Amino acid sequence: MVKVLKTKIEIEGRVHEEVVVIDGELPAPWDSKAELTIVGQPVPRVDGAERVTGQARYTSDIQLPGLLHARILRSPHPHARIKYVDISAAEALPGVRAVICRDSTAPIKWHRSSFVFDSTLRYVGDEIAAVAADSLEIASDALRLIKVEYEVLPHITDEQHANDEASPPVWVDEPRNVIGGEPEVYKRGDVDKAFKDADFVVQATFRTPTALHNCLETHGSVAQWEGDNLTIWDSTQHIFGVRQRVAERLGLALNKVRVIKHYMGGGFGSKNGAGKYTVIAALLARKAGRPVKLMLNRMEENLVTGNRDSTVQHIAGAVKKDGTLLALKLVCYANSGAYGGGGMPIAGPVQEMYRCANVYTESWSLYTNLGRDSAFRAPGFVEGNFALESLMDMMAEKVKLDPLEFRKKNYAERAPKDNLPYSSKGLRQAYERGADIIGWHSRAWADRPAVDPKNPDIRRGYGMASQVWGGGGGPPAHAIIKVNADGTADVITGTQDIGTGTKTVLSQVAAEAMGFRFEDVRVHVGDTSLGVYAPLSAGSMTVPSMSPAVQMAALDVHKQLLAIAAEVLEVKSARLELKGSVISQGKGKKSITVKELIGGLSDYMVVGQGLRGPNDNSYAINTFGCQFAEVEVDTATGQVRVLRLVAIHESGRVINPMTITSQLYGGVTQGMGYGLMEHRVVDHRSGIVLNPNLTDYKIPTALDVPLEIVGEMIDLPDTIATTTGAKGIGEPPIVPTAPAIANAIYDACGVRVFQAPISPDVLLDALQRRDQPMVVEQPAAAELAPVSQKEE
Amino acid sequence: MPSNLPAGHSRRTITMTVNDEQHTVYVEPRRTLLDALREDLGLTGAKKVCDLGQCGACTVIKGNRAIYSCLTLAVECAGQSIQTIEGLAQADPAPGSQLRLHAIQQAFIECDAYQCGYCTPGQIMAIKALLEHNPNPTLDEVKMGVSGNLCRCGAYPNIFRAALRAAELLRTAG
Repeated sequence: MVKVLKTKIEIEGRVHEEVVVIDGELPAPWDSKAELTIVGQPVPRVDGAERVTGQARYTSDIQLPGLLHARILRSPHPHARIKYVDISAAEALPGVRAVICRDSTAPIKWHRSSFVFDSTLRYVGDEIAAVAADSLEIASDALRLIKVEYEVLPHITDEQHANDEASPPVWVDEPRNVIGGEPEVYKRGDVDKAFKDADFVVQATFRTPTALHNCLETHGSVAQWEGDNLTIWDSTQHIFGVRQRVAERLGLALNKVRVIKHYMGGGFGSKNGAGKYTVIAALLARKAGRPVKLMLNRMEENLVTGNRDSTVQHIAGAVKKDGTLLALKLVCYANSGAYGGGGMPIAGPVQEMYRCANVYTESWSLYTNLGRDSAFRAPGFVEGNFALESLMDMMAEKVKLDPLEFRKKNYAERAPKDNLPYSSKGLRQAYERGADIIGWHSRAWADRPAVDPKNPDIRRGYGMASQVWGGGGGPPAHAIIKVNADGTADVITGTQDIGTGTKTVLSQVAAEAMGFRFEDVRVHVGDTSLGVYAPLSAGSMTVPSMSPAVQMAALDVHKQLLAIAAEVLEVKSARLELKGSVISQGKGKKSITVKELIGGLSDYMVVGQGLRGPNDNSYAINTFGCQFAEVEVDTATGQVRVLRLVAIHESGRVINPMTITSQLYGGVTQGMGYGLMEHRVVDHRSGIVLNPNLTDYKIPTALDVPLEIVGEMIDLPDTIATTTGAKGIGEPPIVPTAPAIANAIYDACGVRVFQAPISPDVLLDALQRRDQPMVVEQPAAAELAPVSQKEE
Repeated sequence: MPSNLPAGHSRRTITMTVNDEQHTVYVEPRRTLLDALREDLGLTGAKKVCDLGQCGACTVIKGNRAIYSCLTLAVECAGQSIQTIEGLAQADPAPGSQLRLHAIQQAFIECDAYQCGYCTPGQIMAIKALLEHNPNPTLDEVKMGVSGNLCRCGAYPNIFRAALRAAELLRTAG
């Protein structure tokens, strides 16, 4: 019986409603008593051999007969109008097969009122023209032959002035550069009263950097036409999303577009949909009549493919003497670039992390003449948590409580935003485990002696921070399973393995639920023509969306096989058990392997189907965690060394402890980069990004990572969230790292740093100004400028 | 560049040994070794990430040293011996049998020393060069050995473990 329901799902910190069609029997959940033999094991990746031999074919590795190589001509100005483009000399260059620009293609709509090739250029990097040629070298030569005349316009790149009356608008119909025309405001309780009732008010302004994803495989596509059928290999986190957008923009039916992505060299949220490069590759390929590869170079990757928006956050907390958190206020400004969507949930941690009855947040997203913002691993929450968790430590000090005790005192037993019970919450266990490992309670807390008596400049400190995030996934997500004549199974979904181990984890779920041996299962992903619909691999939603769908398809296969075996063996199917690819009817009686059973059926194919059921909206579904840092600060040089980083997280059931630990390492490493190293530098006068490369934009190297990272999960099957009990883990581990380190730095040297990254120059500057008051304390909310300015 | 020159007018014929086999390519002098390997020989294991010598994803072994193939011109490799990731595993002649992986490759799988895998070929070649010079490295020596190889997914702790594990496997294999 088919049912059509509505359910709420969360993606990247935002909740929306989705229709879900239920056909078939949803699996009974695997609770903590379920006897699982494959799920929960540290199985090495099923595609390890491909990755270590160079045989894994990424989009950038695709080679096709007659393949052309393409490059894009980009704006050198942050804001300009094109007077004319002349592509004739480029077209005449031998080896050039197609050149396209504004004047040579039908206009294709893109962001707001703009087109793929627009007459107005809104940042350094905006697309002007594109060339496909026999080699990349010739394509680069051709770009230099394109003549463009510009009318240069005034620009604005600094988010702190984007909203000024005197600043030029990035979009003519948004004169004050505010995305949506106004800030997003959230309120609960009576914030003004709470600030008046407080014993202490602590406030500060935090600044966080624009962080660049710097996926090692750049964004790019390979496009090939066969008649009016288009095949695109795309380095993407969402093959079905790319198909949808390309089909829509090129006016093609969905079944004319096939999108393939078997391997991808990193995405981190920046590859959630089709880029202009995807459409341009298809246009060039159509014009040239040959397949085209268009991979961006490293500079383009840094300029045009999205970023974590920089923020300015004014934050204030009101607290009682006993450590009860009374109120939080946040007014934040985010730099969304010229084509950004804005609306990153920077206020998320303030709204959701702690029990706090009175909250006011006001979030401004601003257009500037820079590359657009995009999701970047826990978008908004990483930025917001840096401010909130730093403020938490400042408040703990004010009320003379240990930072961990202060957090526990304000522990949210129900979700503060909706006042719903949590489906599961293992944060308290995570606090205990993390504190034990780092030695939190036995650490020297005050008047710590210098680490090395001969070098009093070296100081050590401890810090911690908490994390809340979504990661419950949701429908629609589908899977099918085919059982072959030799008793092996092909599990087919339209999801993608972005490097997180999806294929391995889904193989475990399928084998477990079918009762097959692990080695008899193969999972196929990354092809819209062969796979069934799956959501984007982002928002920590792949495992919680896909694992229940695969589980259901596998149980369908299990049931069908038992029914067939019952017929063949002439017994009741209830008396049969299928485990390890063997169907048995109890001790001493005849058993039969799946291979023997299916092999005797003349190529009959058992096909199982599964889908992801609705979310239970009477619960809040979240992931939690905390991290503890031990750092060493050289107060003479401002250098920080992270000695230990302990990351303890709860994301429901652990399906594969090995791949999940790798995710923890990855999140911590990127979080450390965010806290200490990574910073896009813009020259506001020229509007130019000064460090669009991997030398000047610092990502952590082997020598920068913490000397020791401990990553552990609180394994807590969450059967309300999903029938496998699993939730997502992709994003949570990046959320608490930077503030845990910042708090440890304060503990080490007594200096609170109000901006990230805490690079040596920033820390030295703060150390030199340590005698100046860092925290402005005011007893009354009315004086809380600019926090209260925007209130009625 | 003058627009009237035919493409590839200055191409040269270069012969080099790649993975113990002689290969001849016909390339422009400005073509990097990385592009010659990937585009002319179809050896796409080495990756183009920065094309500027900043990340190490294109690491191959030239002679007995790990190099960035994006900073080396193909014409500079005439007569030289190059090893790439594709030459590491040995194919077993028996039908249906699997590749015999090199100890470093086995260790990478065993230690989950990757996520997306894009930097992996470069990491493995850097470790191979390291272990050839220093079969028994310390943790710090391993870190130095891969310090020119960026991993954005942050698999470093497992890469270190894999390198030490591979050294152990190679030593015990004699």
